[in-house]
Amino acid sequence: MTKVRIKTMYPPGHVRAPFYIRGKEGEIEREIGPFGNPEQLAYGLEAEKQTLYRVRFSMAELWAEAAEAPGDTVDVEVYAHWLEES
Amino acid sequence: MPHDHHDHEHLSPSGHPFRADNDIPLTYWQRMEIAVRELLVEKGHLTPAEINAQIDAMDARSPADGAAVVARAWVDPEFKTRLLANASEATRAMGFDIGPLNLIAVENTAEIHNIIVCTLCSCYPRNLLGLPPDWYKTRAYRSRAVKEPRKVLREFGVELPKSTQIRVHDSTADMRYVVIPARPEGTDGLDEAALAALVTRDSMIGTGLARVPAGA
Repeated sequence: MTKVRIKTMYPPGHVRAPFYIRGKEGEIEREIGPFGNPEQLAYGLEAEKQTLYRVRFSMAELWAEAAEAPGDTVDVEVYAHWLEES
Repeated sequence: MPHDHHDHEHLSPSGHPFRADNDIPLTYWQRMEIAVRELLVEKGHLTPAEINAQIDAMDARSPADGAAVVARAWVDPEFKTRLLANASEATRAMGFDIGPLNLIAVENTAEIHNIIVCTLCSCYPRNLLGLPPDWYKTRAYRSRAVKEPRKVLREFGVELPKSTQIRVHDSTADMRYVVIPARPEGTDGLDEAALAALVTRDSMIGTGLARVPAGA
């Protein structure tokens, strides 16, 4: 699976990348396809299409020593413009 | 004297307090909803009957719809393959009107247990399962499910072996999720309808398991 990192950025607005995955590394579980970017759609703006991915994170990556079971995982839907190479 | 039992004054005959009347002003968003709805009707885009029909259609959806899909997946491996590949198409082909719902089905096995949450709000496959339970929308469930799912599951009465891997799915964007719970042991002779009766709402969110039939 392709490794990616979620960008560490904090723009205001209707953002669908939750805080707890920002700066974290995960693997692309699957590509879902193009969707209108909700960061624009939410304000009635013309929205560019963004590819939506499901990114899988290990609990160890998300929560470090506080992880309940390091090998458990969280899959999160993330748009392409939030991903960078890892 | 009628006031002797002062403590009981505000209790209903059932012994519980009367619920306060909701005489508070409407919130900003309630007024917004009414304003938009009335404008849509005034301008001829929708009729009140159409709005009521949509509310009725949503109220008619229930976890029984999802349970029928799960039971079909249990008895028909070819259907299960299609459901896992494209859950929206497979449920539509079964005859469910799920509107524009983008659905992903995930399967529980002996090795993997899936659990669904929306940490950002309350995304839920309403067009298949109906309205979500209140706890699904609470900050406690939303914040804890991604951090300590095993503790959360234990509070729901689900104790999983350490060897079972937990996969949490955070429904952050355009997709909605349904869990295909593992088929319970001792259900070989059951038909699809009897199997569907074992599939609870919580088992399709991942906070529960399918029921074990009596006598199994």
